[in-house]
Amino acid sequence: MSFSVTEPNKSTKWFAGLLVVTYAVVTIIPLLWIIATGFKSPADSISYPPVVVFEPTLEGYVNLFTDRTRATDDMLEAAGPPQTWYDEIARKRGTIISGPSRYGERFLNSVIIGFGSTFLCMVLGTAAAYAFSRFRVPLKDDLLFFILSTRMMPPIAVAIPIFLMFRNLGLNDTHLGMILLYTAVNLSLSVWLLKGFIDEIPIEYEEAALIDGYTRFQAFYKVVLPQAATGIASTAIFCLIFAWNEYAFAVLLTSGTAQTAPPFIPNIIGVNGKDWPAVAAGATIFLVPVMVFTVLLRKHLLRGITFGAVRK
Amino acid sequence: MAQIRIENVRKDFGAFNAVKSSTFTIEDGEFFMLLGPSGCGKTTTLRMMAGLELPTSGEIFIDGEEVGMKPASQRDIAFVFQMFALYPHLNVGKNISYPLISQGMPKAQATKKVHEIAEILGITDILKKPVGGLSGGDRQRVALGRAIVRDPKAFFMDEPLGALDAEFREHMSEELRALHDRMNATTVYVTHDQLEAMQMGDKIVVMNHGVVEQFGVPQDIYDWPATKFVAQFIGSPPMNFLEFRGMVGNGESKVRFGDVAFEIPRMLDGANGDLTFGVRPEHIKLDDAAPYRGEVAAVEYLGTTQIITMKTSNGTIKARVPSSDVVKVGERTGLHFDARTISMFNADTGQALKSEANEGVLTYG
Repeated sequence: MSFSVTEPNKSTKWFAGLLVVTYAVVTIIPLLWIIATGFKSPADSISYPPVVVFEPTLEGYVNLFTDRTRATDDMLEAAGPPQTWYDEIARKRGTIISGPSRYGERFLNSVIIGFGSTFLCMVLGTAAAYAFSRFRVPLKDDLLFFILSTRMMPPIAVAIPIFLMFRNLGLNDTHLGMILLYTAVNLSLSVWLLKGFIDEIPIEYEEAALIDGYTRFQAFYKVVLPQAATGIASTAIFCLIFAWNEYAFAVLLTSGTAQTAPPFIPNIIGVNGKDWPAVAAGATIFLVPVMVFTVLLRKHLLRGITFGAVRK
Repeated sequence: MAQIRIENVRKDFGAFNAVKSSTFTIEDGEFFMLLGPSGCGKTTTLRMMAGLELPTSGEIFIDGEEVGMKPASQRDIAFVFQMFALYPHLNVGKNISYPLISQGMPKAQATKKVHEIAEILGITDILKKPVGGLSGGDRQRVALGRAIVRDPKAFFMDEPLGALDAEFREHMSEELRALHDRMNATTVYVTHDQLEAMQMGDKIVVMNHGVVEQFGVPQDIYDWPATKFVAQFIGSPPMNFLEFRGMVGNGESKVRFGDVAFEIPRMLDGANGDLTFGVRPEHIKLDDAAPYRGEVAAVEYLGTTQIITMKTSNGTIKARVPSSDVVKVGERTGLHFDARTISMFNADTGQALKSEANEGVLTYG
């Protein structure tokens, strides 16, 4: 049998593969369970022992997106035959749909606040990281440490001062307030990550562009940004995931207009008994944007675009 | 094309002084070498000429116009980086046309120009390729293409061959020199390789610790170094130094140490104290009859010549003699120095003493 330093042998590969698959299964099971629960009936969702094979229903999704009132037989009759498929699902449980729920709004809030803060974080973070990477900033090391130190305590530790500050500024329960807050929390991470990526880009590229007739800003825009795309994409994913999943500040600082989906989803539990399928449906839909975003940016994460262009 | 003049240029990075008051002129069409060990300020000087660094004080003239504080984009010069710095997200053709597009040249015209340049450099077949997979030589050619496509006033090159392997470097340096001769473009070239500088340059500036040590044509610098540093930095093996305490008088053509009087070019300068007698290895002959003696410590065979390391009472020296001379380690022999080629230095200041031979050459910068 030949031995190679770079190429692992067959059994090693099998073992590695098995480990990866096992890990994947372990991490994916809860996710699959939530997705499956979204399609269960309330009875199936709490049955013991848990059911794996069940008859799928959209009841959870209907309950998630609608407000319903419990109706007497008279009222049901008065309402006439169900107009739509979701009416029908509601009628089976003896309820009448009284209107859309607020999940849609909350979800939209999450999108606005999550992507808004990520965008702001990227713009400010890239600019700051570029400056720290390229210019002789006075007290550079101290400033960088100071920026990092904002991450040394859990953000929620400053929740009360922030609450008071927001109240005085009229930012409580506003989109702008939440965007600013999440940007502030994420900015330190994004400056540090992006500085690392920009440090890796040889300064000669910009100098070549400067000599080729571009201004400093054009050189940044046309040469540095495309090179930093990988770093910006991965940093954006980190920022989005934080802002998207954030719960504590959202509970504390939002109630009506700017409430995001995370604090809203548990509210569903309390409305009409323990409606686990609706909660699971809410969680499933909530997963989608981050997954799509990550998958879209995946190619940037994997592509080493500077490979070979500069000899080191 | 243009003449470039540097006047009293100085550069400080915080407390560190990278370049101290340099002054020299690069004539139109010259292939000009900035030579020195790493950290000597040669790259900083080049970058100030290019506009990538601003001088702390002093003036830089390109074509008679003071450009010291102008941004690089307004100086109409081209720069070739050691690391090539090709834009990795563009293909070869786009890399070359980039400076044209940035000047607002119409695309069709730029494409035509790129093809002309590619023809000159012999890279027409790779114009569509990404720069990532190119060999070192091709990358170098693309970098050159990007520089010459614009017909700039001057070319600045920062160790452009430094990233190539030795064999290919030789070839590229010939190509570069041939390209220069055809285009007759003022070229400033930074290198730490004295052979490269001698081989390619019309003129050389030797720098050390931010100071211009000497400025002139390669042969003058080799034959008549202005300082001990230049004498040591240029030539392989470098100039030999025989250190002694004594004196040499103005107008004399003899110097005495180790009980031997040596003939030297007639001095125009006198000095007393610690002196250095400098002689190039190829100007030493082994001659049993000569009164100055040394002991052979080592012999290196180099084909047509051999390098003999000798111990003398004034220090170790190396002589380059024909391979046909039979020399054995441990032997004692006489040494004869070619009187016309001797340089005398003040050992304390490191400066060469003026003589009839080097009078016309010495420029301290």
